[in-house]
Amino acid sequence: MPRELTQNRIQKIWVSSKDDRSPTRRRGAGPHLANPPTVIVMVGLPARGKTYMSKKLTRYLNWIGIPTKVFNVGEYRREAVKNYSSYDFFKADNENAVKIRHQCALAALRDVKSYLTDEGGQMAVFDATNTTRERRDMILDFGSANSFKIFFIESVCDDPNVIASNIMEVKVSCPDYQDCNKTDAMLDFQKRIECYKASYQPLDPDLYDRELSFIKVIDVGRRFLVNRVRDHIQSKIMYYLMNIHVQPRAIYLCRHGESLDNLQGRLGGDSGLSPRGRKFATTLARFVEQQKPKNLKVWSSQLCRSIQTAEDLGVPYEQWKVLNEIDAGVCEELTYDEMKERFPEEFALRDEDKYYYRYPSGESYQDLVQRVEPVIMEMERQENVLVICHQAIMRCLLAYFLDKSAEEMPYLKCPLHTVLKLTPVAYGCKVESIFLNVEAVNTHRDRPEEVRKGPGTLIRRNSVTPLTSPESNIKKPRIEDLEEAPMQGLNHPPASSASLGLCSPSHLPLSLAGQQWLGKVCL
Amino acid sequence: MEADSGCRHGLVSLTVGGPAEQKELTQTPLLKIWVPWMGSSLNRRRGSSVPQFTNSPTMIVMVGLPARGKTYISKKLTRYLNWIGVPTRVFNVGQYRREAVQTYKNFEFFRADNEEAMAIRKACAAAALKDVAAYFTKEQGQVAVFDATNTTQERRAIIMRFGKERGYKVFFVESMCDDPDIIAENIQQVKLGSPDYVDRDTEEAMRDFIQRIKCYEATYVPIDDERDRKLSYIKIFNVGSRYLVNRVQDHIQSRIVYYLMNIHITPRSIYLSRHGESELNLLGRIGGDSGLSPRGQRYAKALAGFIEGQNISNLKVWTSHMKRTIQTAEALGVQYEQWKALNEIDAGVCEELTYEEIQENFPEEFALRDQDKYRYRYPKGESYEDMVHRLEPVIMELERQENVLVVCHQAVMRCLLAYFLDKPAGDLPYLRCPLHTVLKLTPVAYGCKVETFFLNIEAVNTHRERPTNVDISRKPEDALQTVPDHI
Repeated sequence: MPRELTQNRIQKIWVSSKDDRSPTRRRGAGPHLANPPTVIVMVGLPARGKTYMSKKLTRYLNWIGIPTKVFNVGEYRREAVKNYSSYDFFKADNENAVKIRHQCALAALRDVKSYLTDEGGQMAVFDATNTTRERRDMILDFGSANSFKIFFIESVCDDPNVIASNIMEVKVSCPDYQDCNKTDAMLDFQKRIECYKASYQPLDPDLYDRELSFIKVIDVGRRFLVNRVRDHIQSKIMYYLMNIHVQPRAIYLCRHGESLDNLQGRLGGDSGLSPRGRKFATTLARFVEQQKPKNLKVWSSQLCRSIQTAEDLGVPYEQWKVLNEIDAGVCEELTYDEMKERFPEEFALRDEDKYYYRYPSGESYQDLVQRVEPVIMEMERQENVLVICHQAIMRCLLAYFLDKSAEEMPYLKCPLHTVLKLTPVAYGCKVESIFLNVEAVNTHRDRPEEVRKGPGTLIRRNSVTPLTSPESNIKKPRIEDLEEAPMQGLNHPPASSASLGLCSPSHLPLSLAGQQWLGKVCL
Repeated sequence: MEADSGCRHGLVSLTVGGPAEQKELTQTPLLKIWVPWMGSSLNRRRGSSVPQFTNSPTMIVMVGLPARGKTYISKKLTRYLNWIGVPTRVFNVGQYRREAVQTYKNFEFFRADNEEAMAIRKACAAAALKDVAAYFTKEQGQVAVFDATNTTQERRAIIMRFGKERGYKVFFVESMCDDPDIIAENIQQVKLGSPDYVDRDTEEAMRDFIQRIKCYEATYVPIDDERDRKLSYIKIFNVGSRYLVNRVQDHIQSRIVYYLMNIHITPRSIYLSRHGESELNLLGRIGGDSGLSPRGQRYAKALAGFIEGQNISNLKVWTSHMKRTIQTAEALGVQYEQWKALNEIDAGVCEELTYEEIQENFPEEFALRDQDKYRYRYPKGESYEDMVHRLEPVIMELERQENVLVVCHQAVMRCLLAYFLDKPAGDLPYLRCPLHTVLKLTPVAYGCKVETFFLNIEAVNTHRERPTNVDISRKPEDALQTVPDHI
C-alpha cells in the first residue's frame, strides 16, 4: 500500500502524511535544484559595475526564491573608518589602511558564514575588488573550510567613457565624497583606481585559475568567458548576466482597461472591456504617443481584455500566454462574496497566506513567479517595453523590479487605468505612477486585519519564494505612497504627474554596523 | 452599451463599445487566440500562441577541425530549436561532397594542394549556401545550421558576405578540443561507421581519418578574439569546460548559447514513465487529480523493483504536482522533486469528462482537436504547443542532469519523447505512451537509443488514434470511432 497522501491546505501540494519532516519547512513548490551554499565573489577594479551586478543579481535570485544577500566590503570599511579623507587610504604602502581593509574583508566573510550556515541563506555575494590572488586564495580557503562553493564574477572594462560614466552615476555622490564637489570627487576616485591597478591580477583561465568556476564579463557584456560552470544555479546566473544590459530605457507596466467582469467584481474570466475600459485604451494610446519611447515593444496577455487594450494602440504587439491572469481554478468568475459563501475555508486560507495560497485547481502567486520568469528574462534583454497585463501578474513583475518580498507582493497596489513607468537608475529603479484620468472600479483587497497564521503547514523549498534582498532599517517607500507628495529633502525637481523621485544620499542614514546598504535608490 | 457575445460561423466574437467605435475581436477556434475580426480572413501572424522572437533568419556556422563534435552539436541544436517551434535545418557540407564524389578513396582528397578536390569542395559549400537561401525564402525556415569545418578565414568571410547580402544574421559556433582521448572516442563513435569508411577495416579507417585531420590542421585559423571581435560567436573548449561568448545579438542567439552551455556528453540514461493507472483512467475520464487504482498501486511497486534492478547511480526522480504521479514515486522510497511544469495538459472545460461526454457537449471542439491535435487548445485550457513551452525548463534541466526518472502523464511524456526522438509536431500528439511502461532513453552517437519495458501489470489503454472523419459535421459514431474502452 502506498503511503497516504494529503494535500497541504494552502499550497495544495500532495505530501506523504507520514512525513516526519513536516515541522521543518521544506520550502517552495518548485524543484529543489541548488544544494551547497555558494559564495559569489566579485572581482574587478573600482567602477567596473561590481556593485551594480551584485545588487541586480541578488534581486533576481531572491525573486526566484533563492535566499541571497550582498556583503559589500566598502560598507564595512566606511563603518571602520568614519571619515574618508582621500585616495591615500588605498595606497598599497599605507600599512595601517591595508590592515584595516583586511580586517573588514574578514568581518564580511564572518557575516557570510553566519548568513549561509545559521540564517538560511543560500547564496552570498561578496562584493569587493578581490583583485589579488592572495585575497582570492584566502576566500577559496574560507570556502573549502566551510564547504561553500565559490564562483567568481570578474568585470573587466577598459573603456574610459564607461568608467567615467559609472563614476559620475554612483561614486561622486556616495558617502565618501559627501563634502566634495563633483570634479574633486572624480579626480580622487580616478587616483583610487590607480592604486588598485598596480597589484591587479585578473583571473587567468589558462593557468593559475583554470580549475576555478568563474565568468569574466568583458566590456559591459560584449564578451563573456565562462570557465567550469558546474551547476544549475551558476548556469542560471550566467544566463542572467548575459541578458542584462545598461542601456537607458523605460518599462511601462499597466493593466488592461476596466473589464465587464471588473464592474461586477468577478475574478478572472475572459470578458471584454467596459466602456470606461475602452476609453482607457484610447487614452493609453495617446499617452504612449506623447511619451514617444523609441522602438517600443508592446506585450499583452492572451486574454481578451488585454488584447482589446493593446489593439487600440495601433502598433504591433506580442501575445504571451504566460502573462495571463492568475488561474483562480474553481473560483473563476466568482465575486469575492460568492467565493466566501461557497468556499469559506478557501477564502480564509487565502487571507492567511496570500502568496503561497493556491486556488483549488488553480494557481498561487508562487506559481506565477515561476510562470512569468521568462518574461522577466526577456524584459531584461529588451529596451523600451510596454506590458499590458493583469493585477496579480503586474504585482509579480513589480515585485521583481522593486525588490519586494513574497509577503508584500500580493498586496502591492496596481490600480486600473494607471501606468507605472520604471526607469533603471543607479542601483535601482525610479518609479513614476501615471493615472490616466479615466475612472475605474477599485479591485484591490487589502490584507484583512485579523488574520491568524496557521501552524507551520507551509512547504517552502528553495524556489519561487521571493525574498527581498535583505537590507538594513532603511524604510522603503511603499507603493501606496505613489499618489502622495514626493518625499522631502530630494535634490531632484518633481517630474510629471505624481512621480516618485529617488531617495537622495543625504536623506539616507549612513550604513549601519555590519549591514548591507542598498545604495542610492531604496525602492 | 452592453457587451454582446455570440456565435458566428463557429467563432466566438465579442463586440464592445458604442455605435461610434465598433471593434470586434474574435477567438480563433483552434488556438483560442483573440484577434481582430477582419471579415473572413484572420490575421494569422498576430494570432500566434507564442511570441515571435526571430525576425531576420539566422545562420549558425559551425567551425572546427574534424571530430570536434560539430555535427553532434548541429543535430542536437536543430532538434532543440525545432522542438521549441523555431523551424531549423542542418546543411551538412560533407553530405553534399558525398553526393558529388560518389566514392571516397582516401585522405588525399583533403590535401590543401589537391586543386581538383578543392574546386569540388568549394562548389559543394556554394551549393549548400544556395539551399540555405532557398530554405529561408521559400520554406519559411528561420535558422540554418551550416555544418562544415569552415576552418579558414577565407571561407568564413565568404559566408559572412553571403549573410550580409541577404540580411541573414550569422552566429559562429567553434568547437576546439585538444584532448586526444575525446577525439579518438568521437572517431570511434561516428566516423568509422560513416559512408566514407563502409568497406574499410577499423584500424585502416582510423589511420586515414587522422591523416584527414592533419590536412585541415595545416590551414586552420581559429576565430581570432581580436581581429574577429565584431563577429557574434561562441567558442566551446574541450567539450564545455570553457566557453567564450562574443556579441550575442538577439534572443535566439541568447537561447542557443544557454542551451549549448547546458548540454554535456557524460553517459547517462533518462527513464520516462507515466503514473500508475488512476481511478479516472479506469472510467475513461481525462484530466482531474485522482489517485491510483489497485493496479496502479501494483505498478508503483513494480516500478520500484525495476529501478532497483537497473542499478542506477545517483538517480534523480521527478514527478508532477498531481496525486497520481506522487503516489507512484512514493513507492520508490527515494527522494523525489515535484515540478508543476510536469502536470498533465489542462483540458479546461473538458476536465474529467469522458470522450463520449466531450462529443455530446462540445462536438465542434472535439472535431477541431482531431483536425490539429498539436495546436488545438481546449477552451480555458491548453494545447500541446502550450505544453512544449511549459516543459522547456524541464528539458533544459534534463540536459544538465545525468540519470533521471521522470514520472509524468500521457501528453507530457509525448512532448518529452518528441524532443528526445526528434518527432515533428504532427506526430507528437499520437506518440504511443501506454500506462505501466517505462521508456529508457540512452544517448548514442547522434541520437537516442530507446528501450521499452512493460512491467507486466495490466492497465486500460488511453491512446486515441486520429479518426478518419475529422469534419465538424461528422456523426457521433465517426467521432467516437477510436475511443479506447473503459468502464
